Amino acid sequence: MQRRTALTALALIGSLTLAACSGGGTPAADGPVELTMWSWASLQKVADLWNADHPDIKVTVQEQGGGDELVTKVITAAKAGDGPDLVQAEYQMIPTLVSNDVLADITEQGGGAKDKFTENVWKQVTLDGAVYAIPQDTAPLAFYYREDVFTQLGLKVPTTWTEFADVARQLKQKDPKRALTTFSSNDAGLFAGLTQQAGATWWSASGDTWKIAIDAEASRKVATFWGDLVAEGVIDNQPMYTPAWNAALNDGTQVAWVSAVWAPGVLTTSAPDTKGKWRMAKLPQWTAGSSATGSWGGSATGITAKAAKNGHAKAAAEFATWLNTDPKAVAALVKEAGVYPAATAAQMSGALTTPEFFPNQPDFYQQVAELAKGTAAASWGPNVNVAYNTFKDAFGKAATEKSSFPVALKSVQDSTVADMKKSGFKIEG
Amino acid sequence: MASTRTGRRLAPYGFLAPAIILFGLFFALPIGYALHLSLHSVQVKGLGIGRNAREEVWVGLDNFTTALTDPELLAGAGRVLRYGAMLVPTMLGLALLFALLLDLPRTRFRAFSRLAIFLPYAVPGIVASLLWGFLYLPSVSPGYFLLRAVGFSGPDLLQGDWLFLALTNIAVWGGTGFNMIVIYTSLRAVPPELYESARLDGCSETQIALRIKIPLIMPSLVLTFFFSTIATLQVFAEPMTLRPLTNSLSWTWSPYMKVYRDAFVQGGLHSAAATAVVIAVVTLVLSFGFLKVVNRRTAERTP
Repeated sequence: MQRRTALTALALIGSLTLAACSGGGTPAADGPVELTMWSWASLQKVADLWNADHPDIKVTVQEQGGGDELVTKVITAAKAGDGPDLVQAEYQMIPTLVSNDVLADITEQGGGAKDKFTENVWKQVTLDGAVYAIPQDTAPLAFYYREDVFTQLGLKVPTTWTEFADVARQLKQKDPKRALTTFSSNDAGLFAGLTQQAGATWWSASGDTWKIAIDAEASRKVATFWGDLVAEGVIDNQPMYTPAWNAALNDGTQVAWVSAVWAPGVLTTSAPDTKGKWRMAKLPQWTAGSSATGSWGGSATGITAKAAKNGHAKAAAEFATWLNTDPKAVAALVKEAGVYPAATAAQMSGALTTPEFFPNQPDFYQQVAELAKGTAAASWGPNVNVAYNTFKDAFGKAATEKSSFPVALKSVQDSTVADMKKSGFKIEG
Repeated sequence: MASTRTGRRLAPYGFLAPAIILFGLFFALPIGYALHLSLHSVQVKGLGIGRNAREEVWVGLDNFTTALTDPELLAGAGRVLRYGAMLVPTMLGLALLFALLLDLPRTRFRAFSRLAIFLPYAVPGIVASLLWGFLYLPSVSPGYFLLRAVGFSGPDLLQGDWLFLALTNIAVWGGTGFNMIVIYTSLRAVPPELYESARLDGCSETQIALRIKIPLIMPSLVLTFFFSTIATLQVFAEPMTLRPLTNSLSWTWSPYMKVYRDAFVQGGLHSAAATAVVIAVVTLVLSFGFLKVVNRRTAERTP
């Protein structure tokens, strides 16, 4: 029995490292270039269109788990010299992937696509002057609300954050069982987007020094605003994407959601009984009359260092450019994956048809195109994952205990800086 | 002749070889690699962008210092101890009670009851956690629905201190059956003559259970306690599955969750390896310490 204990205890350490030791690269075969792509969306049908026209480059899409899992997987695989040739990555994860040597510099092979996108979008796939991915979709924030409930209770759609707070209070007063929305701590992406709207830039680089400004004026303003609403009890404090949250959206316990342009897809599955009852409006503003918004997600197609090493960077970049800019490809992308394309030409094209869940808002995408114009620039650093995960714990605690949000924000800043310093990054200040 | 002698001398090694190779490949090597990782760290150059921007450097015991001075690791260990203090006595107490009840001479539906109590053990931990997670959420749980129907509002089991009860309940539900079977099997191995003579001497069934059965099955109680303690120290699947459902479960709730987060979510394989080594050493010391105490007491009792 004693020996068995030793084995059990030691196996703990063993199990940790096994994952990192598997596999090796596959040598390139003769015949067509075979490329694999990892994505969380079902893109094989889009890739099939490419394969039909390009017998010399065959792309296979392997569907993987959600965004964060995919990042973990692809970094682990890259360390073992394995993994795909192309990978779908959310914008905020690109510096992390580049810093881990997962993505290849494709300035030469893919840089030509620059003028198909807006400058702010292109900036997010560029680091230190080099291009690392081709943008696929963008996700500007908007305000989604239950039109029927708003009319019934005589609520006005808020255009500023002050009005937003007032509407939350009015709703609580008129019907204590309902809440305007929830402050969720389980996805830092939404909070990051809201701080972009307020003018925050969490990471920036100059020379060989990084500047971390998570705990800065703009973000503190956003944190204080939401913290006060939670402390006042006029909005809920439970996380999103739980069965309870789905039920709250479906039965009208929560009547609004600050979300990105992909919200109709989520509402379709989370709140199936409310079809046609939602409406999208511009995100409330900090200054009346302005039209700024932030982003929550959005992704790009990166070409891996493995593909570059095997001499497939050009083929992969060609496919990535086609996938995200060719009208036929983008139309299929919109249909299969339900994305809002990043390519500017595609945003005005007929490929975007009104979401089925919003039959009451036929000009949905015209409005999106209008509000997307105000999308604030975003820039990311090499340890977004650390910041986001600290956010979950710190803001989760603050939301439950109704304690200070700015204190939680400071702990996110401190952990992020400490993590970067530990790795040897030079930090300003 | 000489070759036969050499062959004979080598034969034992030949028989040992498969085991040694497997042990080395899948056990010693990964442990060695974990130790290697725990003594190194990654340092970046410049902005940390591009090829060769990261290199592995020797940092000695730095990772261990960081791990041991991290208040979250200690807090996590505290939470796991509290969870274990609730879980192990409850689970083993119930397992013992059920085993004794099943062992009573006049118990009916014995085979069916045994299966019914054992069955939850066959449900994977993650599935069980998801199942219970739904039952714990006030707005979707049928239990809360019934409570509300009769005018009560139950506590939110996924918040604050209730969380310990919620997690303990999942583990008790899943683990009691297995431990019950282990205890019951050793009860069946007790010679029935002992009970007959006890009954002739006028012992009640309760006295038989307390004075004869429990002392005789002590070794299997020690065994189940030992395994349950190790399983508790490794708690991972249940809190990981419930985590997205509540604000109260942090990424560092248990030491193992922290190791997982550091290694695979935050990309700090090196510091995670150091933390894993610390946990393994603590588990080893605790397990051997416990066994030593038990063995000494057994040795004292049997002269």
